[in-house]
Amino acid sequence: MATVVDGPDALTGGKDELTPEAVVVRFAGDSGDGMQLTGGQFTLSTALAGNDLATFPDFPAEIRAPQGTLFGVSAFQINFGSTAIDTAGDQPDVLVAMNPAALKTNVGALKAGGLIIADSGEFNKRNLEKAKYDVNPLEDGSLEKWQLLAFDISAMTLQAVKPFGLGNKEALRCKNMWTLGLALWMFDRDRQPLIDWLNAKFKKMPVLAEANIAALNAGHAYGETAELSGPLKQYHIAPAESEPGLYRTVTGAEAISLGLVAGAQLAELPMFFGGYPITPASAILHNLARLKEFGVTTFQAEDEIAAIASAIGASYAGQLGVTSSSGPGIALKGEAMGLAIMTELPLVIINSQRGGPSTGLPTKTEQSDLYQAVYGRNGDAPMPVIASRSAADCFEVAIEACRIAVQYMTPVMILTDGYIANAAEPWKVPDPASFTPFPAKFLAEKNGPDGELLPFARDEKGARPWIKPGTPGLMHRIGGIEKNPGTGNIDYSPASHQTMTDARRDKVDGIAANIPPQDVILGETSGKLAVVGWGSTYGPIHQAVRRARRKGQDVSQIHVRHVWPLPTNLGELLKGYDKVLVPEMNTGQFKTVLRDQYLIDAKPLNKTSGQPFTIAEIEAAIDDALGGHAGGEVDADKTQLPSIKSVNP
Amino acid sequence: MNEMTKIAVQTTLKDWETDQEVRWCPGCGDYAILKAVQRTLPELGADPANTVFVSGIGCSSRFPYYIESYGFHTIHGRAPAFATGIKLANPDLDVWLVTGDGDGMSIGGNHTMHILRRNVNVQILLFNNEIYGLTKGQFSPTSREGTNSPTSPLGSVDRPASPCAFALGSGARFIARAYDVSKNLGGVLKAAHRHRGASFVEIFQNCIVYNKDRFDDFVAKGVADQNQLWVEDGQPMLFGSEKSGGIKGIALDIETLSLKVVDVADGDWQAAGVIVHNAKNRAIAHMLVEMPFGPFPMALGVIYDDPRPTYEDTLLGQDAKSREGKDANLAKLLAKGQTWTVSGTAADPV
Repeated sequence: MATVVDGPDALTGGKDELTPEAVVVRFAGDSGDGMQLTGGQFTLSTALAGNDLATFPDFPAEIRAPQGTLFGVSAFQINFGSTAIDTAGDQPDVLVAMNPAALKTNVGALKAGGLIIADSGEFNKRNLEKAKYDVNPLEDGSLEKWQLLAFDISAMTLQAVKPFGLGNKEALRCKNMWTLGLALWMFDRDRQPLIDWLNAKFKKMPVLAEANIAALNAGHAYGETAELSGPLKQYHIAPAESEPGLYRTVTGAEAISLGLVAGAQLAELPMFFGGYPITPASAILHNLARLKEFGVTTFQAEDEIAAIASAIGASYAGQLGVTSSSGPGIALKGEAMGLAIMTELPLVIINSQRGGPSTGLPTKTEQSDLYQAVYGRNGDAPMPVIASRSAADCFEVAIEACRIAVQYMTPVMILTDGYIANAAEPWKVPDPASFTPFPAKFLAEKNGPDGELLPFARDEKGARPWIKPGTPGLMHRIGGIEKNPGTGNIDYSPASHQTMTDARRDKVDGIAANIPPQDVILGETSGKLAVVGWGSTYGPIHQAVRRARRKGQDVSQIHVRHVWPLPTNLGELLKGYDKVLVPEMNTGQFKTVLRDQYLIDAKPLNKTSGQPFTIAEIEAAIDDALGGHAGGEVDADKTQLPSIKSVNP
Repeated sequence: MNEMTKIAVQTTLKDWETDQEVRWCPGCGDYAILKAVQRTLPELGADPANTVFVSGIGCSSRFPYYIESYGFHTIHGRAPAFATGIKLANPDLDVWLVTGDGDGMSIGGNHTMHILRRNVNVQILLFNNEIYGLTKGQFSPTSREGTNSPTSPLGSVDRPASPCAFALGSGARFIARAYDVSKNLGGVLKAAHRHRGASFVEIFQNCIVYNKDRFDDFVAKGVADQNQLWVEDGQPMLFGSEKSGGIKGIALDIETLSLKVVDVADGDWQAAGVIVHNAKNRAIAHMLVEMPFGPFPMALGVIYDDPRPTYEDTLLGQDAKSREGKDANLAKLLAKGQTWTVSGTAADPV
């Protein structure tokens, strides 16, 4: 992501309406329409055109929900521009609706005056009924506050692919490429990378490649000819200013995977990844399963508990154990985390958070596992927790987790969320040589003053030695029962438990001395209001604080990466502000931690609709806070990205 | 056979004893199993530095603390998953897994199933005392129907599970049975160690506090003879003695496709149709582990032993093959996919 601090908002600040600085486009269709793929390819072409961007894939939990239904709608939003983009955008400027259900569930979010592109071929009686429309919205004037461009994309696609002799069903599958062709024309994008991609994808079925390319070209050509009249216009968005260097797009799941590979290399360890499929965390297991040449072993376990247990077993045997899951799976792993804490073995645990409790919202985002991460185990079980703020940030966070795990002999939890895991953004490819290595050390001989073995002796960081089975002369036993502070033998005497509980706490607390002090992202180190965030709320908070400061408001942004232990200066820093506002996609979990740790009157701003904050929501809360009262809850019905629930209760 | 036995290490029983005080109840069957293991390890040429004992939770799972090797006392029921991670990280380690009927069949039944079907090269010793000992005497998944316990004062109504039948059903390639004080236990342990892959050994173990002498109907002196069938590959399935009422054998009833007990007269077992045990015969293994005790003796010894490639060999072999000719260059990996360069202030698509 570009690191420009200031920048304008979507569709504002351009020289004229055809050269906006940023645009938000949302593709919405049936789950089977290939909207995520369309969005992903549009993202790539946008990145190649040099725009900064952020995306928000939003899809249902069902793999193939019944066609045409409201709950089967899959959407992909992208915000792109010539300046720094931190969020997927509040309100779309353009909505592509492939069927009535997609229109119904998404049109409410569209900016007034925005453009609707609808496939009129899908607005038949059956689909209208499924979307619970009594009359065809394309014809009854109900869309008049927007610009409407409705034409039969289905028919035009069929026409375009006719020469290739595909069956009707297969031919209609090319609809998304037709739509993409039109979108590429609208934003003046090069079609060639996409044509290359289609040729590669359908290498074994050239006829499908040709049909898709024909559909793509037809959509593009439609744009050219239709521009002459009507609302369809071509926009030009200048490339964003970015730091010089090599760029690619990356999703959170990809960046985590790459960061783990880099972290294991910096630790000079083979990596063992034990995982069990769960949305939205599975992508990490998929990615790593293809990186065997980097010393990675992946193991698809029988359940979440076996996944973490196998990773702890691998760490015990001398590899870097990693496991990953999402809220419900993390809950199952809780007992094993306690064992890793008790036996003081390195382990990295990734939690791609989703809406909860229980199964909750499997494909929607939330930050509601912070309590679980920091406090959610039996006994006094301290564990460091690090949160990534964006897809690209996941790379560094993963390396940091590996470093802490290895240097402190402790499990470390990384918090990401469904939004970060799936969202893509440009990433300046880092130079691996720019990271400081932290090679793991294994005990080679007995370490006691009298030549005895002390598996739980501690170094200056409070970490115990890592002893690999197979090392001659260092045989010893470890386990989950309380142990003697030196020998590690079973010892649950009062003094031993007190000493060991203190040692485990002090070790994790001590990590604070070895992390960067808390900085201020935007604004001053004291003042009227600090907006404090963690995790994926970074983008909307950043843009909201920036806008507020441009209006002259005294507000600063603080973003916390090290959620536990907290940076040593955070308490003093926060006390320098009259008010502290904590926006979170939960009911106020980090707010509670801050209140507890620093006895400050941190105010919550909470949203639990399964959707990220919009900039406007946080901006309004800043106004409120500076105007007198702070905090509260965001009204889900006013959320700019409506959940299916809000339109189909 | 485990690789490490290629370099036999000279040890004695004493070398396998730790300085920890053994904390099982006096008279517990676990003592006998511990001694049998400590006696067998030197005979295997095992190296303490290369040996790992992994356990779950329960009386049996305290076992690693008393063996002078590497030991990992993990969490309830999950030892198979820890052992799988250990073996995948370092397949050269000689891993023994100690569990019980509660740990391995109840809370950890799922993991027992998967380590067996994957065929991870470890020795699994399941101490079956048909009761929860460490939690003070509740009925376990192997307790017989009608077991009176604190949680079943009217007698348990659960049908007991058969660990060996479960293991076979899970795809195990080695199944053996023995009991704590049996002189044959060492031999069974050796056979389990010799087998490459997951070896499943059920050891009947006397819980003298909560389930005392539960197995006396086949282990007690005087009845052992006629109630124990020790099977051996290539040998006829004979039991009993002239002293105890005659030699008997196990034959196949073709009509019902089931086993039957036959009398062997004058040592002519062939005439009586007694089956010669074939440890590679899975159908016979199924029949032996399901033989109802009472009408039949208790089948003991190596019931099934038919190796196939281990999980770690196959998985790590596949990984190694996929690495061939590939360049593990991190810088290249990071820059993979479609990229573009930014120079100065203008984007410059590649």
